[in-house]
Amino acid sequence: MTVKQISVFLENKPGRLYELTKVLRENKIDMRALSIAETPDFGILRLIVDDSYKTACVLKDAGYICSITPVLAAEVADEAGGLEKILNILGENDINLEYTYAFITRKKGTAYMVFRVQDNDKAIEILSKNHVHLVCQDAFSEL
Amino acid sequence: MEHYYQPEIECASREQIRAWQDERLVKQVKHVYDNVPYYRNLMEKKGVKPEDIRSVDDLHKLPFLTKDDLRDAYPYGLLATSLENCVRIQSTSGTTGRRVVAFYTQHDLDLWDDCCARAIVAAGGTKDDVVHVSYGFGLFTGGAGLNGGSHKLGSLTLPMSSGNTDRQIQFMCDLGSTILCCTPSYAAYLAECICERGLQDQIKLKAGIFGAEAWSEEMRQDIQNKLGIKAYDIYGLTEISGPGVAFECSSQTGMHINEDHFIAEIIDPDTGEVLPEGEKGELVFTSITKEAFPLLRYRTKDICVLTREKCSCGRTHVKMCKPMGRSDDMLIVKGVNVFPSQIETVLLNKGYPANYQILVDRVNNSDTLDVEVEMTPEMFSDSVTAVSTREKELVDALKSMLGIYAKVTLVAPKTIARSEGKAVRIIDKRKLY
Repeated sequence: MTVKQISVFLENKPGRLYELTKVLRENKIDMRALSIAETPDFGILRLIVDDSYKTACVLKDAGYICSITPVLAAEVADEAGGLEKILNILGENDINLEYTYAFITRKKGTAYMVFRVQDNDKAIEILSKNHVHLVCQDAFSEL
Repeated sequence: MEHYYQPEIECASREQIRAWQDERLVKQVKHVYDNVPYYRNLMEKKGVKPEDIRSVDDLHKLPFLTKDDLRDAYPYGLLATSLENCVRIQSTSGTTGRRVVAFYTQHDLDLWDDCCARAIVAAGGTKDDVVHVSYGFGLFTGGAGLNGGSHKLGSLTLPMSSGNTDRQIQFMCDLGSTILCCTPSYAAYLAECICERGLQDQIKLKAGIFGAEAWSEEMRQDIQNKLGIKAYDIYGLTEISGPGVAFECSSQTGMHINEDHFIAEIIDPDTGEVLPEGEKGELVFTSITKEAFPLLRYRTKDICVLTREKCSCGRTHVKMCKPMGRSDDMLIVKGVNVFPSQIETVLLNKGYPANYQILVDRVNNSDTLDVEVEMTPEMFSDSVTAVSTREKELVDALKSMLGIYAKVTLVAPKTIARSEGKAVRIIDKRKLY
């Protein structure tokens, strides 16, 4: 019930993200979600793509340092209070978010939140019990 | 009018200085030969006996000592007297393998104080001055040396140590400091702060004695103008005693070496041949009065020129120019000796590749040290916190090794130039030499 996120090390300098998107384009890789965490010196780019294995290989070949991390992608009702409901469940159950970001797809009425937590299994169990729908990697290409 | 702390010595005739050196050298060589098996061994290897050294003319027959010898003989191997005769230890900031530990008897400290007192008087100091010592106190020789010299002279001494700029300026204003002793970069920083706060009228400084790092003539002018003082250079190294091995006089045209205590030579760093006066080469010192830690022919790695031209100040001791560079890869950052190999050791210990670059610069008159390290898959994580924590660990490890803060910048793999042949490890943008 997890999604494979690709994390890439990027220097915090002009043009670095552009160079990476060029590599993705040359290899016909379409991005589903993207987020960047930055420090004054470097950034960590987080990507969700259809074919994470291929993407990781392509990026490594191009000299990037990257890793694959299993994260949770939860369906959120595209309405006021949608995210709040899920965060409340996580908070009540003492699950800390290391980071999170949102994305949308062509599917109407639904948004998605990526959650990075310490214990995926525990979070999956709790979210499922509370009827939060989690997207798995295979379902991704259909979104 | 020029003042001297010990005029009979500082203005002695060349013949007199030479006579002191001849006599003291012979005695010192015997002292070292008899008490330092490490050096006796070096002499025997070279086939030199104490009897072969009858005057300064024979000095070139003695073997050199280098920092490697200090490392090999660490900690007591070059000690020439029993520990019970020693009263003090000073040390350089370097750690593993590069640390210099020097020992002093009370007599050694007295002579060191004399040397620093000469420097303070040469800068216009008297017993009526308030000497503000902002060199670091502790193992570093800077604070101890000038503090001792100021005491010996009878000046009112403010042992401020480094840091806490607000308090430095406050004391300077409230207690009327007249002579400032610190690194030139800290002096420039203080000068800037004083000007920014419009306190130029509140301070009573008339002179500064600035050493432990290289500084340019432009920097001297800048400090002099901002503080309305005369800025004097001072030279020294822990191996030989500390600050006060040489000091500048009113003519500000080089530093007089205290030749009654130290014999200076200039050698070709490649061949070890002694070079004639006026030629540029590596500075070598022989300590002829020290009891506890008397180094003979110690190679400083500082590139320099000596001159015996008559000085307008009246002193007769030989003058050395500001060091013009190094014959090894040592950097002096914020007055602290930094070897690239130390940085490399830390990186390797922490699992980083040995591909790194050291960038040294001077920003707002203060040295900066930046170490660029290439990111590795092992060090990478999707979490900024995890990467930053590792970065912080590296910063802490560097600080503990070097004694000063080094900024760490993680860069993408293969971005640090792998140059043809010798890697460019150090980029020093300060243009000091």
